[in-house]
Amino acid sequence: MCLRFHILITAITAVVILMSYEYMATQQIRAGEYYSLILLGAVGMCLMSSAVELVLIFIALEISSISTYVLAGFRRRAAISSEASVKYFLLGSFATAFFLYGVALMFGATGSTGISVIAQSLRAGNTSTLAFAGIALMFVGLGFKVAAAPFHIWTPDVYEGAPAPVVALMSTGPKAAVFAVLLRVLFEINAPGRLGLIWVTAALSMTLGNLSALVQHNVKRLLAYSSIAHAGYLMMAYAALPANGIPAVMFYTATYAAMNVGAFAIVSHLAGAGERYVTIEDYAGLGRRSPLLAAALSIFLLSLIGIPMTGGFFAKFYVFSAAFQNSLTGLVIIGVLNSAIGAYYYLRLLVVMYMKEGGQEIPIAPTPLALHAALAISIAATLYLGILPGRVIEFASRSVRDLTQ
Amino acid sequence: MVPLNYYLLLSGFLFACGVAGFLIKRNIITIFMSIELMLNGVNLSFVAFAAHWHALSGQIFVFFVMVVAAAEAAVGLAIIIAVYRTRETLNVDQVNLLKL
Repeated sequence: MCLRFHILITAITAVVILMSYEYMATQQIRAGEYYSLILLGAVGMCLMSSAVELVLIFIALEISSISTYVLAGFRRRAAISSEASVKYFLLGSFATAFFLYGVALMFGATGSTGISVIAQSLRAGNTSTLAFAGIALMFVGLGFKVAAAPFHIWTPDVYEGAPAPVVALMSTGPKAAVFAVLLRVLFEINAPGRLGLIWVTAALSMTLGNLSALVQHNVKRLLAYSSIAHAGYLMMAYAALPANGIPAVMFYTATYAAMNVGAFAIVSHLAGAGERYVTIEDYAGLGRRSPLLAAALSIFLLSLIGIPMTGGFFAKFYVFSAAFQNSLTGLVIIGVLNSAIGAYYYLRLLVVMYMKEGGQEIPIAPTPLALHAALAISIAATLYLGILPGRVIEFASRSVRDLTQ
Repeated sequence: MVPLNYYLLLSGFLFACGVAGFLIKRNIITIFMSIELMLNGVNLSFVAFAAHWHALSGQIFVFFVMVVAAAEAAVGLAIIIAVYRTRETLNVDQVNLLKL
């Protein structure tokens, strides 16, 4: 399981670094510490996904969070960037405190912070209130980090204010790592009462995320709400049985990373120094002015909707079928309805791009080679996962054994 | 010997004070101090549980929490200075360029 998440996180980091070159040049920021912070964050995420001890999980969580707090405020002369940073910092530390309190209560209930010892103790019939409260508080802290409702308030503000390449990183990398931690906390520990927690968070995230996205005008905010909704779909997989849920989670994190990093790469390129192509109306006529970029963005948007032939389709399919096999029909119905609502706002952006004239007639900067490479990797991954998902899902299924022994 | 419950109640109270301060206070520095209070509440329960289980790992965890809290304070205060430079205020109600 660690290996798979390490590959994913390394790939995300590589693509984000590729797309950062151009951004740093247009922003005229001296960027040495920028890249080192990204790499430090990546180390934290990799550690987080392979840690089997709550102390190490906590430290890795903080390594990745602290570096993303700084990255979010990297355009420090722009007021919105430092505002995004301070909001992310305050709410992130608040969430960390909850996670820590959960760890403390878990330690109190079982006398250990090692995941396997805790799992043994709970399997042996230790169902004290302390253990339950510990799981719930840890879930609150981790829920903040993956932007699942009702802990999602910070997401749109931070995504809007932070630099676009950083948003590409923090909407995928730390999320994937925290989902790996959730695999351990919920499946390996076999958390008591997890179904109820997940039912509520998944349903709320999907519904709130999609409904709020419908009324957004700012593209980055729209993608922020879409990421809340996707966190909701992903949460559904945690309510399934381990044998189906674990591969579904892994497949979904990989697909979501591919399509979201790609979408943000384009948004970042179009935004230039940050003031262009902000609202959906600005994208009008993009299909005519820059057919290649518009086509690439369309692939990512179609994948976010979940159209067949793209990774998004199989990701949703595996999650829904995993939940269905654990007879969570109600949750699946909410999920399918939400996918239909979600299609509307992605399609609205597509329609504006291709069928409306006007928009910002600002000449788009020529795409540099690094961005081509970043987009090529993202598109290839999105299509590969959509056309030949078999090998990836088989690879992911192997980690079921590691986690449920 | 003071029973475990007293320590847990005190740590829960400290944590709750921190949460209340986080939600009520309007100055960014005070909010940040409330978070530190929450962390100290957590530390107290770690130490109490460590004594209860006779396990050293709980006390070691406290050191890690303190180190991380210090690192977080360094980054946090830098971010707060950056906000003050651009907005000339530390009131969260006036740091409102990004609205829901």
